[in-house]
Amino acid sequence: MATASSHVPKVKLYGVPYSVCTSRVIMCLLEKQVGYDLQVVDIVKTQDHKKPEFLKLQPFGIIPVLQDKDFSVFESRAIIRYIARKHEGHGTPLYGTSEKDKAMVDQWLEVEAQNYNPAIAPAVWHLIHAPLFGQQGDPTVAKASIEKLEKVLDVYEGVLSQSKYLAGDFFSLADLSHLPFTQYLINDAKRGDIFDKRPHVKEWWKSISTRPTWIKHLSVAFPGKNFDSPGS
Amino acid sequence: MAVKIYGNPVSPPTRNVIASLYEKGVEFELVVLDLLAGAHKKPEHLKLQPFGKIPVYQDGDITLFESRAITRYIATKYEGQGTPLYGKTPTEKALVEQWVEVESQNYSPVTSALNFQLFIKKLFTGEGPDEAAVAVEVPKLNAVLDIYEARLTESKYLAGDFFSLADLSHFANTEYFVKHSGKADLITSRPHVAAWWQDISSRPSWQKTIAYCSF
Repeated sequence: MATASSHVPKVKLYGVPYSVCTSRVIMCLLEKQVGYDLQVVDIVKTQDHKKPEFLKLQPFGIIPVLQDKDFSVFESRAIIRYIARKHEGHGTPLYGTSEKDKAMVDQWLEVEAQNYNPAIAPAVWHLIHAPLFGQQGDPTVAKASIEKLEKVLDVYEGVLSQSKYLAGDFFSLADLSHLPFTQYLINDAKRGDIFDKRPHVKEWWKSISTRPTWIKHLSVAFPGKNFDSPGS
Repeated sequence: MAVKIYGNPVSPPTRNVIASLYEKGVEFELVVLDLLAGAHKKPEHLKLQPFGKIPVYQDGDITLFESRAITRYIATKYEGQGTPLYGKTPTEKALVEQWVEVESQNYSPVTSALNFQLFIKKLFTGEGPDEAAVAVEVPKLNAVLDIYEARLTESKYLAGDFFSLADLSHFANTEYFVKHSGKADLITSRPHVAAWWQDISSRPSWQKTIAYCSF
């Protein structure tokens, strides 16, 4: 199991562990063995993300923000790129090992951001999170979103029949970026079926979601919660 | 070996990739895909880009898609020549990444939607804008541009006092928005945003891109 390297200084992470974007960063920190102090920003009850102190750090009022000594960076996919580059020498090589690997990782991280995320996010919102924020989920929007997602997964099925992970035969930032939303859709909305019916996608999900770092994060972010093992 | 781009001169992501090549002084060949004829959905293209989108970039033995992955690759591969699109230090690079993500997640979805409603739709279907959709997007863009206005009082460009990929990523959607949406005042009424747009759009790389892509 990955543990923080003692010679690497800790960073400060503003967010909440159950948030998709904060999870993305936590998973990267765990894989790179970088210790962090979590500064909780309550986005539900006290709405800390809308307060002036937070807006000074992140003017769009969105979590997470990473502070590394006197340097501050936001947008989860920018943060994970920064961490993966800065700590290239230890932990999991999340950018691969060659310039070509790096390019493929950036490509598939963009695919996640531009194709996968817009398809899965509405489904997770309307099926799971809307009520937590006092809103009504719309099952029609969720259904349309899942149809879009299935088209994206058809492409992934083809790609993953050629390589073990998205950017090649190595686990990377690109695969990592898919974990948080997919976990919600499969475990909370119980839509594992759309992954299970595509054998290479199923195998890929099983592989990435059983990484000890992800299991560790889930136990911290959702203490006491049961998660079905993939394939069960 | 020559750099090839498979795309179309009207496509915003194709234009941004072309601009990055001009910034780096790298010669390229544009292979034009006829979008109206559905060339981007045909098997030959799907082999290169399985989502059926443009552009695709080929450079020696690498084939890449997603314009922001392509421009990142160009900024890295040609680091030693032309404009330093990633800045000069690791923290500058991280800020470039941050503002590229801001453009990707906050700016372009809204400007693309408005461009579509306010003029692109009419070109293809003859239909006018869905006013309800426009009414949703305009306040979003105003909120984002208020943040840009504040940011650009702190520094000349988005990631700092240097032109970078972060500013470049805004080229194509902003060009269309300012020239054709009828809502250019959202940009021009904000003094720092207006000055920033005036500055970056006057760059030779953007002027050359417009000239190359116009017909």
